[in-house]
Amino acid sequence: MGLQSLKMKSLSEIETTSKRASKAAGYSWGISEEVGKGIRLMELFGLAGIKNLSEYFKSKIQNKFENLNLINDNNKTEKYPYCPIIFGISFLDQVKTLEKLDKIRLDNIAYPFLVLPFLSRSSEIIGKKIHYKFDDHEFLLNFNVKISSKILSDKYPIIAKNIEIIFLENKDNFSETEWKSLYKLSEETFVEESESLKKGAAGAGLTDND
Amino acid sequence: MQVKLRDPNVIMKLSRLGSFHQSKLSFLRSFLEEFKDWEYKKNLFDLDKEGFGIAIYSFKKKDRVYSLICFANKINNNERSDRVIATKWDAAFTLYDGVPSKLDIERLKNEVPKQEVGRLSYKELTLSRANKSLRVFDYVVENLSNGTQPDLNLLSQVGYLYRTTAVYGSGKFGLADRFRIKNREEINGPFRLEMMLVYLVRQFTFDQVNHIAKSKNPKHAVKLDPKICKSLGIGNSTGLGMAPFIVNHPTLLNNWILCREKALKKIREIRKVEKNKINLFTNSLKNSVRNITSWITKSEYQLKKIKFLLSDVKKTINYLETKFSFDIEYPFNEIYLWLEKETCDECIEYIVSMMMEPFDEIVKPLVSEMSSEEERYFNIPTDRTIEDLRNIIEKRYPNIIEIDFDKKENIKNFWFISKNKEEPRYSDRFKEQGSELEQPLAIARDIKKLYEKLIVSKNSLTIDKFLSRYSNLRHVVRRAFIIEKFPYSEIQDNTIAENVVPIDMLRLKLSFFGALKFDPRSDKWLRICMFQGAPLPEGLKNYDQQWVYNP
Repeated sequence: MGLQSLKMKSLSEIETTSKRASKAAGYSWGISEEVGKGIRLMELFGLAGIKNLSEYFKSKIQNKFENLNLINDNNKTEKYPYCPIIFGISFLDQVKTLEKLDKIRLDNIAYPFLVLPFLSRSSEIIGKKIHYKFDDHEFLLNFNVKISSKILSDKYPIIAKNIEIIFLENKDNFSETEWKSLYKLSEETFVEESESLKKGAAGAGLTDND
Repeated sequence: MQVKLRDPNVIMKLSRLGSFHQSKLSFLRSFLEEFKDWEYKKNLFDLDKEGFGIAIYSFKKKDRVYSLICFANKINNNERSDRVIATKWDAAFTLYDGVPSKLDIERLKNEVPKQEVGRLSYKELTLSRANKSLRVFDYVVENLSNGTQPDLNLLSQVGYLYRTTAVYGSGKFGLADRFRIKNREEINGPFRLEMMLVYLVRQFTFDQVNHIAKSKNPKHAVKLDPKICKSLGIGNSTGLGMAPFIVNHPTLLNNWILCREKALKKIREIRKVEKNKINLFTNSLKNSVRNITSWITKSEYQLKKIKFLLSDVKKTINYLETKFSFDIEYPFNEIYLWLEKETCDECIEYIVSMMMEPFDEIVKPLVSEMSSEEERYFNIPTDRTIEDLRNIIEKRYPNIIEIDFDKKENIKNFWFISKNKEEPRYSDRFKEQGSELEQPLAIARDIKKLYEKLIVSKNSLTIDKFLSRYSNLRHVVRRAFIIEKFPYSEIQDNTIAENVVPIDMLRLKLSFFGALKFDPRSDKWLRICMFQGAPLPEGLKNYDQQWVYNP
């Protein structure tokens, strides 16, 4: 075990610190809770949540950003880039309406990586994959289970232009034949259940929420 | 017969929650039950003559090992403090995931004694520190070194040799996050590894006192009688740090209370109770009187509660012996209804805990329902309407929305995090500075604020639109949708009112830990005892399940 891994921050610390910092940066407690969860998620997925959040909050001291509270298919800033947190929250809250639009465009947003956890959670809410694209970066948000990206560099853009978010229809990534073949194999791990096994099954009839 | 679950608007009042007692559902009892067949070992005991050094204890089963590493240090008497702001302790502990290497021990030797300012890693699961009970530790050493056992009367007044002042877990200071352990087959509920740490620390205190006595007088020293060891637990001093936890984990709180309520409901619904179960219940109840009469505190608040408890428990015993027959149908329902009419909150909850003793078949399945996957309930259903939300609030917070928050006494206090120790604190907003940095723990006040906005909003408006306007109420909108599904997730009281007793919140949590003998030292902190009367590690394989009442 390397020394670096022993110095890691726990996810609990990441969440708490992000939440508190967001409150200190002027967001409400409810929004700060969302940011805490979001940054925890980013770090869990190996994305630079803390780095982006910290830089955005520093940038907020000197620069102005616009709040996009009601999202449309084509969103144009008036003067300043959109705040990624307010955009992310609005997207999360409005996603069931927004999914009907198929594609959403924004002309300018600050620290676009910070939108990722909100899109990821939104993907889970509507049960659809979400494709998030800005500049040369592309991400596939997969039901809040996985975030795929073409780019995994250390350089994160401060401003992004020409942003696109596309909802992808549910579709298997495999053929029916491939599925059946795999399912047949999986059946070899099944045990034929006797009556006594059914009755004595651990946790039978109970809620297992752990 | 169908018995209804008890009303959350009664049970979740602070005065009721502050009357809860340990039960078979409590985590330290579940821990003993779940780890009783694990292999216990003292792996290292490298203390000098004065008892300073390192010791390691472990629990092992198959390939899984948990190791408690103890660092016993020399401190001056004036450096010993119960307060969380202390920086030195008689001993510091961490529970290590596996078998620590020499390098690990060296690393931890530098970090664990520093506690909050040290840095732990994901290999460490829990962290704690403890101070000797000055009243008894040296006295016990003195007696043992002279070849005599200490006076039980003095020991029973304290109940422990060491008192912990914090037990940390779940990612604090770099410790392992909960997700790393929650799916392990032996982790069947909350706080198991915190309980393991405390239990092993208890054993360390006995070994240390024996070691010092032996070093002092190798020829004549005797070991502390195992019966005396068994009668001693580990003390704990607890402050406000625990209070925000139960507010910040609503679904977890719900599951704890709901399991207790489900157990009671099922017991009340038993038509005929077997003789051996009746005996177990009545014997536990009678034996438990000793726990009340040996409950020592100087707190007027607690003394009054103990007085009523003792009187009502005796009254209950008398009722059961002279006026009640277990031959009737649904006897526990009858007892419960009588308790509600005739006894105080403290006694009702005491007997509710006692009722669980004979019913393993009811209690054991509930033990595994006491955790919560809180993330699952975090998202706000923003496509719901104002009408939905208003209905939830009217149904779930009927007393809260009646409170007048324009009155000074209803907003007197505020919760905040202290800068120097990052610990929760509670203060008078009209006397102290800092209320602008109030933590989001004034749930009742904020629910009322939300309600006032809802009643002037359009019924059909969806929550996403409402939130875009009132983002300051987002935290309570989330809670209201949680309580819709989890009726016991919220304290049904105003936690910032002038008359609130914060230790009631602590008591609630500590009762689920399995603490005994709550001893309030003010309205903001208290001392308790854990594992008093519990089996020693060597006796775990076959122990008396009712050890709490048969010390």
